[in-house]
Amino acid sequence: MAHEQHAQIPNRIRAKEVFHPGTLIAAIIVAILAAMLIHGLVTNANFKWGIVWMYLRDVKVIEGIGYTLLLTVCSMVLGTILALVMAIMRTASNPVLRGVSWAYIFVFRGIPVYTQLIFWGLVAVLYPVIGLGIPFGPQFVSFNTSAIIGAFAAAVIGLGLNEGAYLAEIIRSGLESVDSGQAEAAKALGMKPSLILRRIVIPQAMRVIIPPLGNETIGMLKTTSLVLAVPFTLDLQFATNNIANRIYAPIPLLIVAAFWYLVMTSVLMVGQHYVEAYYGRGFSTGGSNRSKRQAAINAAGTTTTDPSMEVEQ
Amino acid sequence: MSTVTTTSDEGSRPAPGSPMVQISGLHKEFGALHILKGIDLDVSAGEVCVLLGPSGSGKSTLLRCINQLETFEAGEIWVGGDRVGFANEPLPDGRLARLTEKQIAAQRSRVGMVFQRFNLFPHMTALQNVMEAPIHVARVPAAQARKRALDLLERVGMADRSSHYPSELSGGQQQRVAIARAMAMDPELMLFDEPTSALDPELVGEVLSVIKDLARSGMTMMVVTHELGFAREVADQVVFMADGVVVEAGAPTQVIDSPQSARLQDFLKSVL
Repeated sequence: MAHEQHAQIPNRIRAKEVFHPGTLIAAIIVAILAAMLIHGLVTNANFKWGIVWMYLRDVKVIEGIGYTLLLTVCSMVLGTILALVMAIMRTASNPVLRGVSWAYIFVFRGIPVYTQLIFWGLVAVLYPVIGLGIPFGPQFVSFNTSAIIGAFAAAVIGLGLNEGAYLAEIIRSGLESVDSGQAEAAKALGMKPSLILRRIVIPQAMRVIIPPLGNETIGMLKTTSLVLAVPFTLDLQFATNNIANRIYAPIPLLIVAAFWYLVMTSVLMVGQHYVEAYYGRGFSTGGSNRSKRQAAINAAGTTTTDPSMEVEQ
Repeated sequence: MSTVTTTSDEGSRPAPGSPMVQISGLHKEFGALHILKGIDLDVSAGEVCVLLGPSGSGKSTLLRCINQLETFEAGEIWVGGDRVGFANEPLPDGRLARLTEKQIAAQRSRVGMVFQRFNLFPHMTALQNVMEAPIHVARVPAAQARKRALDLLERVGMADRSSHYPSELSGGQQQRVAIARAMAMDPELMLFDEPTSALDPELVGEVLSVIKDLARSGMTMMVVTHELGFAREVADQVVFMADGVVVEAGAPTQVIDSPQSARLQDFLKSVL
């Protein structure tokens, strides 16, 4: 607002602002503490900034970044699809669908993700052969479990199933946030339920879903550092840890990992901002849209007291 | 009856005077609440039927039953020769076969509805709102749907606002877009559920004049409203409902100017 052009109003108030000594003292103290922290970081030889710089662009580290991103994307895609299905099942009229959805959320939200990842790493021991068939009846096809669920797949399944349980609630509340009049208007136009969901309800629900979904994605990026539980050994955390153990320098490589995690989360936050702006289209966001609307109303000149002027001209 | 002017966008309609809506013995319950208690009502093609009555009398519920936004417990509704919600012919054992979601959607696409709170799709521009159903329901090619949508927006005086989102439009403008949206599916019947009740008083006129324009073009319409002047000017039939029954029905001069029942006399006094 400060950048908007000011109207020519005579005799603007020239005010002497109130002096807040407490704020000034607090700012000085905080600045000194921050300077001490930076001093400690830079001058402490134990950080070994030379090693940090050297390993920042190490092949294994860059590879780790790639796998961390791949794990994040794959498990978020799996989690989102699962969550959408569960959220729709949760609102279904069929009690079997509702019950299964409830049980899924109950189980996968209630068990720590680390525990779940260990489980998925061991699933080939638990079920050496996976078959498709009738429960308690004959099997039609069967696979060797360890052949189709490798460490990467186990990590994605573990992270995705866990994430789906959280996202299901987020998506459900997003779907419920859409005014019921929207679905009614779409029904009245002859749209089928699946079309209404796809064209009318989900695009509007996205506005509510995107901010927490973005937070969940950033959370997922960090949660991938737990995949050594599977064990999956190519992600950024494991790669840096591996180097650290080899050269006996844990702290510099922790800083390498921290730096790259920060870079990745920052990039995701920027992306989140643009996706939010896209799904927020058509919804007023404070002053600018309101003034646009007022301008539109004024320009239309429809607020006349003589309605016969309208349309029939 | 108002004069029928055939414009280019109105396709073949049933001949004026043939039955369009036939409702008989309609009952509707919300839990223990008995909202409609045996409604009988006929609307002919090309007729404008205005429904009056105090709030809670069941007018809106009646409209919503016609468009299957509500189910009903007893009675039948026929629109354009088809039984609403069920197969036309009863099964041999006397039961009625309920229609599938797809069949219900097809029935609804022949009836346009305008809501009190507009219910425009906020994530779409005015033009996209009007094009949505023709493209995705009627499968009209996009270019053709766009041209038709622009014609309709022109007709409701909104052509210059076609790229605006609903949040950038006044209530009256939104409602005019909503009317164009409903018209885009070439309905044989239009239902208006208190189309001006959510509007500021100075915006009522622009919406009513669009509806009047539509009435004059020969569209069959059922309008729930409290606007007596509109009813007197446009209606072929005025129906007064109270407590879930039709109390009086007839020509506007008859119903509005010489009410017979005490209920209607009281209602007219309170509205004026």
